[in-house]
Amino acid sequence: MARVTDAPKVVTANRLQDGAVVWLTAAGTWSTRVADAQVQTEAPEAETALGIARASAARQEVVEPYAVDVAVEATGPRPLKTREWIRAAGPSIDAIPTAA
Amino acid sequence: MSPSAAARQIDPPANGLPSHAGIYHYDQVDRDFLKERVEQFRRQVARRLAGELTEDEFKPLRLMNGLYLQLHAYMLRIAVPYGILTSRQVRQFGRIARQYDKGFGHFTTRQNLQFNWIKLVDVPAILDLLAEVDMHAIQTSGNCIRNVTSDQFAGVASDEVVDPRHYAEVLRQWSTLHPEFSFLPRKFKIAITGSSADRAAICIHDVGLIAKRDAEGAVGFEVYVGGGLGRTPFIAKKLRDFLPEDELIAYLEAVLRVYNAYGRRDNIYKARIKILVHELGIDAFRDEVEAEFARMPVAQYRLEPAILDGIRARFAGQPYEALEPISGVLARARLEDQAFNRWVRTNVAAHRQPGYAIATITLKPAGGIPGDVSADQMDAIADLADRYSFGEIRVTHEQNLVLAHVRQDDLPALWTALADIGFGEANSGLITDIIACPGLDYCALANARSIPLAQRISERFADLDRQHDIGELKIKISGCINACGHHHVGHIGILGVDKKGVEAYQLTLGGSAAEVGAIGDILGPALSADETLDAIDAVVGIYLDRRQDGERFLDTLARIGHTPFKDKVYAAH
Repeated sequence: MARVTDAPKVVTANRLQDGAVVWLTAAGTWSTRVADAQVQTEAPEAETALGIARASAARQEVVEPYAVDVAVEATGPRPLKTREWIRAAGPSIDAIPTAA
Repeated sequence: MSPSAAARQIDPPANGLPSHAGIYHYDQVDRDFLKERVEQFRRQVARRLAGELTEDEFKPLRLMNGLYLQLHAYMLRIAVPYGILTSRQVRQFGRIARQYDKGFGHFTTRQNLQFNWIKLVDVPAILDLLAEVDMHAIQTSGNCIRNVTSDQFAGVASDEVVDPRHYAEVLRQWSTLHPEFSFLPRKFKIAITGSSADRAAICIHDVGLIAKRDAEGAVGFEVYVGGGLGRTPFIAKKLRDFLPEDELIAYLEAVLRVYNAYGRRDNIYKARIKILVHELGIDAFRDEVEAEFARMPVAQYRLEPAILDGIRARFAGQPYEALEPISGVLARARLEDQAFNRWVRTNVAAHRQPGYAIATITLKPAGGIPGDVSADQMDAIADLADRYSFGEIRVTHEQNLVLAHVRQDDLPALWTALADIGFGEANSGLITDIIACPGLDYCALANARSIPLAQRISERFADLDRQHDIGELKIKISGCINACGHHHVGHIGILGVDKKGVEAYQLTLGGSAAEVGAIGDILGPALSADETLDAIDAVVGIYLDRRQDGERFLDTLARIGHTPFKDKVYAAH
């Protein structure tokens, strides 16, 4: 079970049709940009956002929503865990091999 | 292309598959089955997208078709039976990579291919394309008998006693959708070889088979059981010294039945057969298997010679030319070009057919991503296979490819062409021939990144003079304890861990997946990526300082022990 922290949170999932990483916005829609994610600073708000996300999953729009700890920076929320910033930013490597 | 090479081009048969590639050739029954299977999954995907199936309902269905949901997208794992492909199949991978992925694919330690950027909506169309070339993604996931793996030099190795491909195909046909073994306690992996040198890492498989001959020349199998990596690694133990050929299926059926009956289903971490074998002990496990075997109607499972002959007939032979054993062209080229000579030393192996050679294409260019191949490179390799190797390509568990039937005369031209596409590196078996799992850049299970570390090691040791001076040294990197990167059996193993939210790497020394398998010993506390690079340098330095004439890294380690390495690596800590 994940440890409950006091850090601000955003809600994320993978989109059903293509598996893309998506982030829950203030409008209750999903964006592929973490910068668009709504940051929840209070636990009840985070739980409400998760409820919206679970309802979306029940409508088969996304898969396995969950909350992610973030730091709030000038450019927007930045996931704290390596796993989550890689999900947000894409692989940390040049994804397409090139000939030498 | 030279006139002689043009003359050797293979005329594709009606189905477009190269006629002399050493794969099992499907018939209409196989193709009809695949077509039905794709249609079945197409309907399941449609129902999922329409909201008629929940993720919990759909997940086991997609996994039975090799479809995972990873960090950024769906990942499709395609089965390459015992690692053998045709040029047309590789071109089809290239087409799929361009049309449905980001222009590349990733060859794995299971001799399979993964696409990392797949959309669920596209999967039925991709499976259609695979079925066009007699391929699918069955047995690449789930708690079934997985795609059988084998020696990448099967059928051509100079040290081979028995060609394992035909038995691998028997096992494929036996295990595919086997109703009794489709819901085992956990996944089940079988590897088979027929050579004295173990290139298939049989010691780390649930069942490992060594095909051999008795004094009268009859074929049988040395059977090993209970090997595996993950969080509880074990080297497989010998179950039978010589299992007669005709009892192969009956005996494996007995092994699987014992596992199915007694394997734990209450704890995923204790569910593999290695745990059962360990807890029962090999003698008690053997007693259970033999008792089950004795109860079975063995005649019903007998592997009849006619069945084997039928399977052998579906493997095309290669129309080798009658050549001198030693090529003058090759000898001159080696003298004239030291870089080529170096590639021959590491990447070319002896072939049983006079005048031919086996060429390994290491998918490990300096600073590259182990196992990744772009669509353009796939096309180029397929062309080279058509030109030089009867349209056949093999995948190794070390994430490399092999052209298994190259005329020695053609090796210089092949190497030049490989260098043109970035795969001419003379590093097979050397320190930059690294196994690395996808790690945290792609995998939902990983704790740390594997690929960037592999790339940095590759860059640090890119100097080929240095690599060849170091000699055989296998680095294997896993991004988590599931050990897909085989770190436990790396000469230097690297395990990615999460150390209070920060990626760190734990080193092991002395592992091996060769004939005498060994699990590496942990060297000390986990290190940062930068420290890991320096630690590898330090380990190599100690080896070079202390090695005696002819000693490989593992030999020196065995002689002097871990302490000098540990002292050096942790001197600054």
